[in-house]
Amino acid sequence: MSAVPLLKVNDVSKFYGSRIGCRNVSFDLFPGEVLAIVGESGSGKTTLLSCLSTRLMPTSGIVEYHMRDGQYRDLARMGEAERRFLMRTDWGFVHQNPADGLRMTVSAGANVGERLMAVGDRHYGNIRAAASDWLERVEIGIDRIDDQPRAFSGGMRQRLQIARNLVTSPRLVFMDEPTGGLDVSVQARLLDLVRGLVHDLGLAAIIVTHDLAVARLLSHRMMVMKDGAVIEQGLTDRVLDDPREPYTQLLVSSILQV
Amino acid sequence: MATPLVVSEVAKSFTMHLRDGIRLPVVANVTFSVKAGECVVLGGPSGVGKSSILKMLYGNYGVDEGQILMEHDGKLVNLATAEPRTVLEVRRATLGYVSQFLRVVPRVSALDIVAEPLQGRGVAIEDARARAAELLSKLNLPTALWSLPPATFSGGEQQRVNIARGFITDHKILLLDEPTASLDAKNRAVVVEMIAEKKAKGTALIGIFHDEEVRDVVADRILDVSAFSPRNAAA
Repeated sequence: MSAVPLLKVNDVSKFYGSRIGCRNVSFDLFPGEVLAIVGESGSGKTTLLSCLSTRLMPTSGIVEYHMRDGQYRDLARMGEAERRFLMRTDWGFVHQNPADGLRMTVSAGANVGERLMAVGDRHYGNIRAAASDWLERVEIGIDRIDDQPRAFSGGMRQRLQIARNLVTSPRLVFMDEPTGGLDVSVQARLLDLVRGLVHDLGLAAIIVTHDLAVARLLSHRMMVMKDGAVIEQGLTDRVLDDPREPYTQLLVSSILQV
Repeated sequence: MATPLVVSEVAKSFTMHLRDGIRLPVVANVTFSVKAGECVVLGGPSGVGKSSILKMLYGNYGVDEGQILMEHDGKLVNLATAEPRTVLEVRRATLGYVSQFLRVVPRVSALDIVAEPLQGRGVAIEDARARAAELLSKLNLPTALWSLPPATFSGGEQQRVNIARGFITDHKILLLDEPTASLDAKNRAVVVEMIAEKKAKGTALIGIFHDEEVRDVVADRILDVSAFSPRNAAA
């Protein structure tokens, strides 16, 4: 069990003018830990995710990341070039809509290979081999390697986006509703895949979802957000089996049983 | 003899915010300990809080008051206040749980569900699967089912997968929530034998068994949970 956090979040708030995006969020994320952020639409989940992943600047508060050289760096004080490099190598970001994370007009193989080229890989044969290896891991047939994601189904696109993100062996992956918009059988396959990859690669992940079943299956720890604030957090099965806050009780009791 | 589990003055209540904040006391002043190689059975009528106690011990129910001390990795950990990642680490290495119902994961085979806890402890997948296969055949689960996800299995078949999963590791503490409830006599006997093996190896077991026949065979001691009823405490 690693003793030092990978990400340290201290009192992060984001305001859009006078409107609250998220407020006073603090937590540590450890290597290999999967954190789910749940809450209804508009509760601030995505704003928080954006602040953590440097897609948005927090209005106040500090987010620090444990770099591979062992130093903590304040993400807000990082140069643009360095931050981009971090996002392309040590981090992954899986968007709800695969079109936001993929290049739709280049081949599936190139979508995966591009991240490798960004970290300096230049050998075509190696890149193609890594790309086909990853397509296989996310269960996309090798015969589709030269097809553009435009020709893929939603579930395939999402799996391709995951391959593209994981090919550089990141240590931290952000996911924004990774299963949103997929039908349930496709969701099950994707969840099983993500669960296996997170486990095998020892990834830390922060997953925003409104689906408590997804949180139960994938996450170790859970934060419940309402009106921009974290109202309850803890071990995932503790929060779901014994919710304390009125809003969490409402969320859990609203799950449909099949 | 070692005492891997000590529970001290634990209290638990539920506040139902959706029902006008009604407060339901569950248990109070729960105090007991379990020695290595001992099987303590929680007794008392339904609704008295037996399952709640097991869930607090496993960490999926919060604890209002008191301590749950477990010996983990040479140290004492208070599970009542431990950080989530500490609880997960204790579950990985020290604390096992056979729940009443199997939580099935889509697309994962019965064999892999059983093998998973061993894999989590660093055992190679082939070895973990071999051990899982041993346990499943001991529990008479038809070989044809091993490669299938248990979602479509019968209650008794799912329960045997669950038992195999809970018994595969050599965790020092094992919680059993009615592991024999939907088993036939033959498989009940297998589970009774497996519990005896665990005791011989020095595992501390805490269980709920409604089946009196099984309970009388496995229990070293029966703890009457109605003694921890908050109504008694108030009187």
